[in-house]
This record gives sequence, C-alpha cells and structure tokens, in this order.
Amino acid sequence: MASRRPRTRGRGRWVARAVVTAYLVLLVAWPLWLVAQHTFDGGLENLRGILDDPDVAHALRLTVGVAIVSVVLNTVFGVGISLLIVRYRFPGRRLLNALLDVPLSVSPIVVGLALVLVYGGRSGWFGPGLEDAGLQVIFATPGIVLATTFVALPLVIREVVPVLEEIGTEQEQAAQSLGATAGQTFRRITLPAIKWGVTYGVVLSLARSLGEFGAVKVVSGNVLGQTRTATLVVEEKYLNFDQGGAYATAFLLALVAVACIVVVSIIRPKEEPR
Amino acid sequence: MRLTRASGLGLGVAMLWFSLLVLIPLAAVVATAAAGGWDGFWQAVTNEQTAAAIRLTVGTALLVTVVNVVMGTLIAWVLVRDRFPGQRALEVLIDVPFALPTIVAGLVLLSLYGPDSPLGVDIANTRAAVFLAFLFVTLPFVVRTVQPVLAELDREVEEAAASLGASRLTTFRRIILPALAPAIAAGAALSFARGVSEYGSLVLLSGNLPRRTEVTSVRILSSIENDNLDNAAAVATVLLAVSFAVIVALDVIQRRVGRRG
Repeated sequence: MASRRPRTRGRGRWVARAVVTAYLVLLVAWPLWLVAQHTFDGGLENLRGILDDPDVAHALRLTVGVAIVSVVLNTVFGVGISLLIVRYRFPGRRLLNALLDVPLSVSPIVVGLALVLVYGGRSGWFGPGLEDAGLQVIFATPGIVLATTFVALPLVIREVVPVLEEIGTEQEQAAQSLGATAGQTFRRITLPAIKWGVTYGVVLSLARSLGEFGAVKVVSGNVLGQTRTATLVVEEKYLNFDQGGAYATAFLLALVAVACIVVVSIIRPKEEPR
Repeated sequence: MRLTRASGLGLGVAMLWFSLLVLIPLAAVVATAAAGGWDGFWQAVTNEQTAAAIRLTVGTALLVTVVNVVMGTLIAWVLVRDRFPGQRALEVLIDVPFALPTIVAGLVLLSLYGPDSPLGVDIANTRAAVFLAFLFVTLPFVVRTVQPVLAELDREVEEAAASLGASRLTTFRRIILPALAPAIAAGAALSFARGVSEYGSLVLLSGNLPRRTEVTSVRILSSIENDNLDNAAAVATVLLAVSFAVIVALDVIQRRVGRRG
C-alpha cells in the first residue's frame, strides 16, 4: 500500500490538472479567443468601423464617463462606510453590514425596475417632483449613473473591510495620543495601510461599471447617440446582423475587463508580506 | 469605538445615500407588489409563462450550483496544492467571468457553442444554453471562497491522519472536507444567487423562447416594456426574496465561522 501511494497521488494530480485546465479552456479561454479572432477576421476593418461610427464613439465616451463618476462615488462611500463599520459600534451595524452585500445578488433587471419605480418621471415616488425641479433621472444620464453605482456598490467595501480588520487600531491610537488630528491619522496611517485594498476595489468597480448591461438597459431608454452605452451597442449591432461591429465592440470591452483582472493579479501578491 | 459627532454625521450622510440608491428603490419594488394585494401577486407569479420561467431559472441555478461545488472545489485544490507552468494564466481565467460584461459573455459563449461553432456544438436557443451561461457567470464564486481557506489549512493534521493509517479518502472526508464546508456553502449560496438573477449573458445566447428558455429576469423586463410595472414588481419580489434568503444564509455561515465581524 505504502509504496503505491505516491504513484496514485502522482496520477491523480495529473488527472486533476488536466480536468481543471480542460474545463477552464472550454468554458473561458477558447470562447474568449474566438471573439478576438472574429474581431480581426478582416484585418483592422471591424475595429476601424466602430471607432469611425460617431454613435459608437459617443456610446464609448458615455460609458467611460459614467464609469468614472460611479467609481468615484463608490470609492468615497466605500472607504467611509468601511471605516464606520470596522471602527465604530452603533445599533444596526450588523444589519447594515449584511445589507451592503445586497446589490451583488440582485438581478440587474430588478435594479432597473427599482430605480424606475422611485425615480421614473411619470409615476415614480420622487420622479415627478424631481422633474418639476428640472432633473430628469430615468431615460437620462443620471439614471445610468445610479444604476451603474448600484451594481458596483459592494466591491470597494469587500476589499477594504478585511484589511481594516487586520491592521487593527494600535497605530491609529498611537498617532492620536501623539496629538495627530483625525484627518492626519487617516491620511498618514490608515490610508497607506489600506491603499492596496482600495486599489483592487477601484479596479474591480471600474470593470463592473464599464460592463453593466441589464440595469442600464432598463433605465437608459437606449436612445441612439444620447443614452446608449457600449454594452447596449453590442446587443444592438448583433441583433441588426452587424456581427463585425458587435465583435469589435465586445472585443474592446473584453480587453478592458481582462486588463483589469491582470492588473489586480499582478499587484495582489505584493500585499502578502506585510 | 463609540460614534463621535463627526463620525455620526458621516454615518448619517452615508445612510442617506445608501437609502436613496438602494434601500428605498428596493422597498418600492416590494411596496408596489404589495399594493396589488395577495391575489394580484399570486396571479402574477402563477401565470403559466412566468411560473415556467421561475421553474427554469431556479432549477438551472440549482444544477449549476451543484456543478460549481464539485468543479470549484477541484479548481481551488489544483490552484492551491499543485504547482505547474501556466497556473497564473488559469488564475486570471477564473476571474474573467466576474469582470467581463454579461452581454459580452453571451457573445463569447455563442462563438464556441453557437451556429458557427468550430466544435460543431450548436446549443443556441436551447435550455443547455441557459445552463452554460449560468455556469460561465458563476465560475469564480466557489473557487474564490474555498481557495483562501484551503491555503491556510494546516497540512500537519492531514499528515498526522495519514501516518495514523487513514486512507487519502478518509483524510479528505474527515479532515479536509469539514474544514472547507463553510467556505463551499458560502460559495454555493453566492453562485446560486448570481445564477437566479442572471440576465445579460442570455440575451444573445438563449433566444428567450417563452416556456422553454425564458428566465425570470427576461419575464420581468418584458413586463416593464409592456408598461405593466405592477406585474414586474410582483415577479421581482420573488427574486428579491431569493437574494435576501441567500444573504441571511451567508450571514449565518459567516457568523459560525467568525470571519467578518
């Protein structure tokens, strides 16, 4: 028995490697590669085609602009709420902690519906009032920002909370006992400690914000040249039999998403020898 | 620490924003569903086409979760316990479904499993396509929850079990599995919730055929597009109930393991 064990273990290891690699290649790598291949079927023509299209260019600009606003909102909110949840004790803290994860498991269509029910111009709870004040939310850019911010909300928090818990409060207390103000303590002690956590959170939020589709589809109205985002362009092009355009736009979005993942995987190990 | 005046103000502002963005809109869904009364809710949810969509969504998500529990644990195992060239690339592949826009995910899968498949497998517009799309978008969850726990597992305990004559299977069943179970359960809950709420990757892939490949999110969207918000809210409430159940389950699991405060 004892002499057989290493050999079975070796064989089992090879089987496991092969199964896992085949599974990931068939499910992720090969399909992803095919999209890149389709994009460059006719040389650079597909990519040039969409970049020269003013409506697609507008959609790309809108997508990037919305993503930046929503990443900034989620970073400020995320770092603030993480500090409050980890460092302070107040009634309802556990409930809030659980509720902050809700956006991750809500269907994007339900997110869109929820925002329409509150901010819709015709029958929403606040919508008509806001429209009287001159602010249209649904079927306009603010609605797209809200939807995008909603779906990416927990990402910064999930990265920052564990880091804050691990670093503890000793250094912050030391700084304060030496006379540092709350602002100085945050800038000089807390922020440098959580900067990598914040960075992953920001990169992940950026990827998620650029790629939001369902929620944006419901709230944006999908108006060509106005509220159509990049992901909506992919759908539109594909359904209108412009496969080259659909693949090229999808390729650009996939490129950004994969770049974000690679960036995170490169900086992540640096944090370990803390 | 107790709240100071500044942190109390910060909490107030944060809560106001969180309420306006998340809590009030989600409450509006439930309130709109409730405004139609129990009969209206029941009628919307048991409508033949809607019920078929809910059955398909929940059934497929359960099936996908089972696959993820097995494959996710195996993938985590290979990534933590094995060393071979190309492993970093596999690590990146795991996270791709998380960052890839869902509509792009649908297009990506269509290129290998659609009409022009180089493999000759065309499952577009079938229930297998729904299964495949769910499998793709839920890939990271079990892997990413199990991986850190497996990495911290003390190998001496396993070696002790083996030296006391336990077979590999017994060691796995009695030592490793109990330690991983909470992480597997948490990953399974997340992947189930993600599957149930999926929409974007199905748009181009599943054809959204009523009673065959139409999932719950698509039903809600068509109610919204027909301006039947009450109906949409009723069906959405069912999905919210599922999400909420998952959040509660996760909280219970996390509290038992005592990880996040």
